[in-house]
Amino acid sequence: MSAVIENHHDDHHHGPAKGLTRWLYTTNHKDIGTLYLWFSFAMFLIGGAMAMVIRAELFQPGMQIVEPEFYNQMITLHGLIMIFGGVMPAFVGLANWLVPMMIGAPDMALPRMNNLSFWILPFAFFILLSSLFMEGGAPNFGWTFYAPLSTTYAPPSVTFFIFSVHIMGASSIMGAINVVVTIMNMRAPGVTLMKMPLFVWSWLITAYLLIAVMPVLAGAVTMMLMDIHFGTSFFNAAGGGDPVLFQHIFWFFGHPEVYIMILPAFGIVSHIIETFSRKQLFGYSSMVWAMLSIAILSFVVWAHHMFTVGLPLAAELFFMWATMLIAVPTGVKVFNWIATMFKGSITFETPMLFAIAFVVLFTMGGFSGLMLAITPADFQYHDTYFVVAHFHYVLVPGAIFSIMAAVYYWIPKWCGNMYDERLGKLHFWLSFIGVNVTFFPQHFIGLAGMPRRYPDYALQFADWNMVSTVGAFLFGVSQILFLFIVVKTVMGGKKATDQVWEGARGLEWTVASPAPYHTFTTPPKVD
Amino acid sequence: MSTQNYYVPDQSRFPIFMAFSLFLLVMGASSTINSLGDADSNSVYILYAGFASLFTTLFFWFRQVIKEHLAGLDSNQLKTSYVYGMAWFIFSEVMFFAAFFGALFYVRNFAVPWLGGEGENGVGVAALDLWDGFESAWPLITTPDKGAEYVLAEKSMAWPGWGHALEWLPLWNTIVLLSSSVTVHFAHVGLKNGNRKKFNRFLGITVGLALIFVGLQAAEYYEAYAHYGLTLNSGIYGSTFFMLTGFHGFHVMMGGIMLAVMLARSVFAGHFEDHDHFGFEAASWYWHFVDVVWVMLFLFVYIL
Repeated sequence: MSAVIENHHDDHHHGPAKGLTRWLYTTNHKDIGTLYLWFSFAMFLIGGAMAMVIRAELFQPGMQIVEPEFYNQMITLHGLIMIFGGVMPAFVGLANWLVPMMIGAPDMALPRMNNLSFWILPFAFFILLSSLFMEGGAPNFGWTFYAPLSTTYAPPSVTFFIFSVHIMGASSIMGAINVVVTIMNMRAPGVTLMKMPLFVWSWLITAYLLIAVMPVLAGAVTMMLMDIHFGTSFFNAAGGGDPVLFQHIFWFFGHPEVYIMILPAFGIVSHIIETFSRKQLFGYSSMVWAMLSIAILSFVVWAHHMFTVGLPLAAELFFMWATMLIAVPTGVKVFNWIATMFKGSITFETPMLFAIAFVVLFTMGGFSGLMLAITPADFQYHDTYFVVAHFHYVLVPGAIFSIMAAVYYWIPKWCGNMYDERLGKLHFWLSFIGVNVTFFPQHFIGLAGMPRRYPDYALQFADWNMVSTVGAFLFGVSQILFLFIVVKTVMGGKKATDQVWEGARGLEWTVASPAPYHTFTTPPKVD
Repeated sequence: MSTQNYYVPDQSRFPIFMAFSLFLLVMGASSTINSLGDADSNSVYILYAGFASLFTTLFFWFRQVIKEHLAGLDSNQLKTSYVYGMAWFIFSEVMFFAAFFGALFYVRNFAVPWLGGEGENGVGVAALDLWDGFESAWPLITTPDKGAEYVLAEKSMAWPGWGHALEWLPLWNTIVLLSSSVTVHFAHVGLKNGNRKKFNRFLGITVGLALIFVGLQAAEYYEAYAHYGLTLNSGIYGSTFFMLTGFHGFHVMMGGIMLAVMLARSVFAGHFEDHDHFGFEAASWYWHFVDVVWVMLFLFVYIL
């Protein structure tokens, strides 16, 4: 018994352990946050390389570079890797780094489980990527894995896909439970719910969504597994089931999932706009209520992904109206950010540039979403490049820009050095131009009728596809610059002050830069 | 809400061992499933290795947590973390079952009636003239397609009527499981009053009832496969029936093992105090959750 206490006692005098085992055995929220962020960046590059394959093939009509079968594997893995390996782990990494420091907690509530939820992820993606080398190739049914493509007609590697999704789900659920418990139980005295920083609020709501829908995804892939190997008929009408049932279950998970990938972004952007406008957020509580409304509505809009599968008219109408209702809280947030900037003394450092681009471009993605929500119009847009343009606008200049903004904003706190502002701005402008050149033309070719998920297309779509590919490579290459900037900042640079940014407020800016290995081992006083 | 001395454990090897065990487990499971019917395949040994290392890791991990607790490292705040953690875990389990109940409601209320030609959607299906003469019914005994891949059941597990109620296993299962929720509550009361004998006795009865439940469930499955011709291959009724009751049965086993471990801790190591027994409480919450799922199953799978 006493040995246990001794160990514990030592812990607080030590910094991080040395060598590789520091990262394997760590229970420290900052270490685990770093692991998550680097892992997500690696996945971002792998998924990005797959996007380059896709865009290279689409550079001109006809089949040039890859076989159609391989093209299908690329679009499937690109989607899965970017969502489950890129965006979600990046946000969990940010939560790990920031939530305990923002609420004045010594660490995450359940530190060992925190390590587990990270370390099962590389294994899951190892399994998923290894399916590329299996007989019949990797999963080729698109990231939404609709039955019967993913059941009756799937390659054998689908079994490995199913289990890797189980592992990713377990990771998300454990990570989310940790975040919820940390926020509910570990706030320093005085940090009441309505005084929590918005990033913390956004993550509390995100974590709730994760715990609610990841098990549903686990249920969906389990039914797939049973249908494929054990003779059940969940998604097979011949046995009394229904392939559309798969879509209902999948999108009951899938729609909250897209908010899981954007709510933390809302939190991040609120902090950054506040800081660089040197003003208090225009309406804090309206922001909280808007996020809660979005989260609750996200459970009753799923079938807007399925308007063309033959739903009853009443369902089409209900899901159209419910979806449009989401524009209201989203509008509250967008106007809030604008009102915060109004008459502020704004400076345009890199995080602020990314945050402003987020507000503008995410809103555009929101508007195209509103167009897609109109059921009769969706019959025209469904499964075209217009949809591809829509969700890439909310995910790339939406979620991913917010992650980059967060890295530029908090990296001085993480490693004690300022990043190179000139390179940061260069990275921003290259990314901004790249993203718009890539995805804006996809609106046109989508409205003109080009379907998604095909490796070849009719001649009239050739020009805009070429433009889109040029933009994609510009965006892709600029991310190497991002890697360079981050590595350069970690290695050295101008020393950051504790507050880092003139307008920054919040507990994380009261500790030293770089943040010590253990922060707030005794809770701070907050009024 | 004091954060004084919140115990942040030192570095730990358990998580990475656990991660690796899970990796072995799912690699073994996937390769085994993919090579079903191939007698030369050895992948099942990877699966066994995964299970073995998972259980070993879990054992030592829990042992460590218990040791730390007995050494007095857990503040009240840390206990609250465990309480919230368990509650949210159970919520995630509720949502897992929700997916399967959702599937059941969907096929009963929409998919099967539409296949039978009902409603505005059904008209389209009927016009296809695919499965002529298919009639919508629940329990769905005759599948739309009567091909060789479907083993058509002769009988369903539904309520047999009052005349046969007493020989109907699900009723006995319900009685067994509901009583076990009561006995686990008595055990809890005993513990809170510092009456260890009562605690051990009622917890032992609960574990016994869990075993009886699992045994009855196995008998019911045997009955289904051997006498009713009701299998996983019997179309959507067999699919929903076996998946819902199967996952429930699996959760009963997990909950039973948890309670058995708590019993062993109390009997052999004298763990748990009247004011301090969250390990047991968490297991009993889980048990009540499993019980509630059964009540839903009894209503929507068996009775209605």
